[in-house]
Amino acid sequence: MSAAIVHACGALATLPLPWPFEREYMQLALAAGLVIGICAPLIGVFLVQQRLSLMGDGIGHLAFAGVAAGLLLEVWPIWTAMLVAVVGALAIEWLRSRGRTSSDLALALWFYGGIAAGVVLASRAGNGGLAIVPYLFGSILTIDASDVRVIAVLGVVIVAAVAVFGRALFAIVVDEESARVAGIPVGAGNALLAVLTAVTVVAAMRVVGVLLIAALMVLPVATGRVLSRSFRGTMVVSAAIGAFSVIAGLFAARQWALAPGGSIVLVAAFTFATVSLVGGRRRGGLKAVMPGTGRAEPPDHDDHGHHHG
Amino acid sequence: MTTPAVLTAHGVSFAYGGDLVIESVDLTVAAGEFVALVGPNGSGKSTLLRLLLGLLEPAAGTVEILGERPRALRDRWRVGYVPQRRILDLDVPATVTEIVASGRTARRGWWRVPSRADRDAVDHALEAVALADLHRRPVTELSGGQQQRVLIARALAAEPSVLVLDEPIAGVDVESQRLFRDSLVHLVEHHQTAVLLVSHELGAVASDLDRVIVLKRRVLFDGPPDALAATGVNLGVHADDLPRWLEELAP
Repeated sequence: MSAAIVHACGALATLPLPWPFEREYMQLALAAGLVIGICAPLIGVFLVQQRLSLMGDGIGHLAFAGVAAGLLLEVWPIWTAMLVAVVGALAIEWLRSRGRTSSDLALALWFYGGIAAGVVLASRAGNGGLAIVPYLFGSILTIDASDVRVIAVLGVVIVAAVAVFGRALFAIVVDEESARVAGIPVGAGNALLAVLTAVTVVAAMRVVGVLLIAALMVLPVATGRVLSRSFRGTMVVSAAIGAFSVIAGLFAARQWALAPGGSIVLVAAFTFATVSLVGGRRRGGLKAVMPGTGRAEPPDHDDHGHHHG
Repeated sequence: MTTPAVLTAHGVSFAYGGDLVIESVDLTVAAGEFVALVGPNGSGKSTLLRLLLGLLEPAAGTVEILGERPRALRDRWRVGYVPQRRILDLDVPATVTEIVASGRTARRGWWRVPSRADRDAVDHALEAVALADLHRRPVTELSGGQQQRVLIARALAAEPSVLVLDEPIAGVDVESQRLFRDSLVHLVEHHQTAVLLVSHELGAVASDLDRVIVLKRRVLFDGPPDALAATGVNLGVHADDLPRWLEELAP
């Protein structure tokens, strides 16, 4: 399968695409960007419903520390970032599910710890520490075929996981308590979602950078929820908007010599703002991108004098 | 031959911190029984319900669902649960069908693709609560009463052996209460489903109940509605009157 993907990447590089995608490096950027543009909202739609919109940001900061560790240890940073991101995501989920701390506090803990660890580790890596910059802000235009291959494999993992486990994840994020009563493995489902978020973050690092990863998970979903009437429809529309943002962002980057990662996210943000202004009267457009502080309302306890309507 | 018990509590007690809210409660709900659990604010109804569902561990005593301890029960989908909720809290839109179908996930196997039988069960659940015509509507566009019926349909989609409902008709309009009553009676009479209803308001179902359990930390009454009525209580009274009477109930 890997050989087929490499072959596909090679074939893609020779495709007679029109400007601005006529060059090989732009076609590689387009391939990697489309995978992320489609996959990130597929995970983001569950995070938004779970009110963990900033989960991707927190894990992105952890992945930053993983990249720095990889540079220090002189191993491929993708794998150290993956290890740190997955372990960190599971730790965040464990803290949150145990009710030890609130969701935003748990994320803040990893946010600052991750970025601080990344800076310290990168400083120890000497001049090699400069290699961390592409992971911070993304460097989609320098992606090579092997990067595309890794991103494509991670993308296949994400899409397959959503196809198989999406219905169970939907039941959990809509009503965790009822899902637990029904016997759906809520803890395993939440852990899976955390791991998928980590995989998405690592896959997206070279595309938009760890500082902007969460934007691609949340902004297309924020737009999709305004345009859709169903959960499935929101997933499809969000993925389409993610893909559009990548294409339009790369176009703008080439046309005006802009930073491609930032351009992609700005297109997603502009699309959301436009759709919210035009069609947002149906739903509160900005609500989806506001940081959440927790999930679902607390269980009712009439035992504490709660008033029932 | 006695009807098998589907929900059982033996000497169950529970405390929040040092505050004892459930004390030595014994109760049984049998297959095909329609039982109401009533009590004033702070009587421990919701805590007892969470104990019965296995969401809380009793400090003393034992709970059994379908003859098993809650943690040991493998077919959890056989327990239908309708949580207390006035509106569904959705940040991402979802249709009526999507929400109702999610109730079938555990029974189907959470990794499996829905079969024709699964889709039929969802359609049947929607018809049972008279929401078939609205199945493509986003849930957040429905009224509070309609949303409550969506949650009931979600529980029905799994075709459970026992259905537990927490204040399902709080704030629901009269028409929705009538449809709700019809759905529950259909379940009990045609599917032998046991129904445990926790509620302040029994007006819509008062005449259909097999038993009423009055809770005020302990079980104060457990018997048929007629026997409770003989003590001077009319379960068909206005919703506001029943809790007031229960507040005055000894001790």
